[in-house]
Amino acid sequence: MSKTFLIVKREYITRVRKKSFLIMSALGPLLFAAFMIVPGYLASMEDTDVKTVAVIDNSLILTTYDTGSPISVIPETKYLKFKVIENTELEVLKKNFSSTGYYAVLFIPKNILASNKTLIYSNKQPSLEVTSHIKHSIENEIEKQKLTATEIENLDEILQKIETSIKVSNIKWTKDGEDKKSNTGLVMGIGYASGLLIYFFIFLFGAQVMRGVLEEKNSRIVEVIISSVKPLQLMMGKIIGIGLVGLTQFLIWIVFTGVLVVGAQKLIMPELTQQMPVEQIVSNDLFSDQIPMEAIQDQPTEGNDELQAGSEFIMDILGSFESINPVKILIAFIFYFIFGFLLYASMFAVVGAASDTETDTHQFMLPITLPLILGIFVMMSTMNNPDGGLAFWFSMIPFTSPIVMMVRMPFEVPLWELLLSGSILIITFIGMTWVSAKIYRTGILMYGKKVNYKELWKWLKYKN
Amino acid sequence: MAHLLQATDIVKEFQGHRALSKVSINVPKGSIFGLLGPNGAGKTTLIRIINQITAPDSGTVTFNGHPLKREDVSRIGYLPEERGLYKKMKVGEQSLYLAQLKGLSAAEAQKTLKYWFDKFEMSGWWNKKVEELSKGMQQKVQFITTVLHKPDLLIFDEPFSGFDPINVNLLKDEILKLKEDGATIIFSTHNMASVEELCDHITLINDSETILEGEIGEIRNKYRSNIISVGIEGDTDKIAKNLDKKFEILSANENGMEKEVRIKIPADSLPNELIQALVPLTEIHSYNELIPGMNDIFIQAVNNASKKGN
Repeated sequence: MSKTFLIVKREYITRVRKKSFLIMSALGPLLFAAFMIVPGYLASMEDTDVKTVAVIDNSLILTTYDTGSPISVIPETKYLKFKVIENTELEVLKKNFSSTGYYAVLFIPKNILASNKTLIYSNKQPSLEVTSHIKHSIENEIEKQKLTATEIENLDEILQKIETSIKVSNIKWTKDGEDKKSNTGLVMGIGYASGLLIYFFIFLFGAQVMRGVLEEKNSRIVEVIISSVKPLQLMMGKIIGIGLVGLTQFLIWIVFTGVLVVGAQKLIMPELTQQMPVEQIVSNDLFSDQIPMEAIQDQPTEGNDELQAGSEFIMDILGSFESINPVKILIAFIFYFIFGFLLYASMFAVVGAASDTETDTHQFMLPITLPLILGIFVMMSTMNNPDGGLAFWFSMIPFTSPIVMMVRMPFEVPLWELLLSGSILIITFIGMTWVSAKIYRTGILMYGKKVNYKELWKWLKYKN
Repeated sequence: MAHLLQATDIVKEFQGHRALSKVSINVPKGSIFGLLGPNGAGKTTLIRIINQITAPDSGTVTFNGHPLKREDVSRIGYLPEERGLYKKMKVGEQSLYLAQLKGLSAAEAQKTLKYWFDKFEMSGWWNKKVEELSKGMQQKVQFITTVLHKPDLLIFDEPFSGFDPINVNLLKDEILKLKEDGATIIFSTHNMASVEELCDHITLINDSETILEGEIGEIRNKYRSNIISVGIEGDTDKIAKNLDKKFEILSANENGMEKEVRIKIPADSLPNELIQALVPLTEIHSYNELIPGMNDIFIQAVNNASKKGN
């Protein structure tokens, strides 16, 4: 069995068995899933308390007597009721408000048409949902009354005719003349997410490489080990082992987050999943030339509007995936993910080797953090201009290319740029590992020495 | 005599600092070889070169008749001065790992480890984490992982530091047993008593250069002072007056009934000559040649070398 493999195995197994790994594996998906589900769940959660709002309508134009008793024109919902109160002064209601059981009192002044003002009294802050419902209902009603007052014939018909809603579908013309639907938001999201993921992976697990080297130095086991294996083997074994731990962690996170999200949706929001039956998606011939045709066809007005919207959204996403070539993106992602990590991990290993304590490491962290953070900044601006000079150059520089290129990927980067950027990254990785190994082999046997960059340069020039 | 390891004219320089200049050591097969020297003399650098942790600028190392090569690391066991274990790892697992790094198969390693753990009565530690063990216990684990793969050459750098006297003896016995079993041992220490006790050969390095080397008996012989300590009963003045002038009385101490007289004899005289000269003058209770200990030799050699250097 190769010695490097033994080292990889030890690094992997001891780390994967750690409690912190297990806890992170469990907490990560819970946290991510919570981020995805909770806001949606809260939004979908309806207030099931029936609230009754007392209405004092001094204007009298917002109350009808169609059924004999006074009814507010504001439509009631399942959980929000309105009760028109006549012959009661606001002051009286105010005095014994808590005993009436009303949620709020809506006061409509006499001169509402002139003042455009109503007041809601309550002993607590009324929810936004309630106030906006009241506001829109009153606006609608008064608009309607004003329109009626103009005495135009067939008003309803005219209104229906002039109501317009425009949908913008993006069609991208590719070189071979195909039409492709694209969804800029999704495309940017994928780029952004992969860039960030690489950034976090490098930081989280690169720091682990550094700490691993420090641990070996501090526990003084390193000399025993390098009397059996070459320092390069030890360094690469550690980097590969920790890289694999990172990949495992990410895989666990992705799979379990997916399971949790899907499970939670089935459990909490069954209506939502039912609204998007699978056949609906399949029945639409998504990738045919008909898509643009369909997009400009009249929307069928009958039937379930929501359902229509839902399936259209999914079509949109799937169409966009088609346009951005997911296989290519996935390959690029894995490539930049792995080589970006390898490039930085050897630098982290050097920092660990040059230090005696975790505090010592700070002085050497700048050359690592600076390009990474720069990468994140360029990534942001790349989103606005994925083919600009800044984006191009930073996706060639190996220290930023893993982050920046991933953001450009969905915008279809020419193949030569990808190959060039990839080759530069690989060559730099090899060079960096070679340089790192030289500094590393000296550093791991140095104790209690204040090391600076000049010292590192000396180590680099030592023979063996 | 066949040599297991020969390092010839080893030169190693670090930026602006010469760690070894033309140092040679010849380690006879099956011997215990003392590599001695003050702190910073270059011992650890030489040991690291033998372990191929670093390479010499010039000079050659021959191992078992061939130039030292990468595969030889599995034939060498090294217990560095700066040593330790992974604290969070279990003792058994860690020993297995280190044994496999030395080229043993998992099954072999398991078998040998069981033998050693039983021998040192530490089978119960197998599933303990290293951080739960005392320092002495950790040292025992380190010792085992050094000798486990039955190397031809063992290098111990200050092996006894951190051990209590009982464990020091246990370790000494084990080292002697390893020698009996045919291992060659390089032993680096500042503890001169253990050098006298264990070593067959020594090389003394000072300030990157060899200043003394050879078989330990010969060295001590070379450094003999020709001073005899004689225990007598009688009048020391009488001796002083009548003793042949070629014998020089250095000191006379009264020690209760007995008196100790230190007499320097000429290098070419035989011990019996002094006895014969003394017999008519006094009663002799004891007669003892003062042979310098390795401690004295060490100090003397280093001081001489420093004077020469200045």
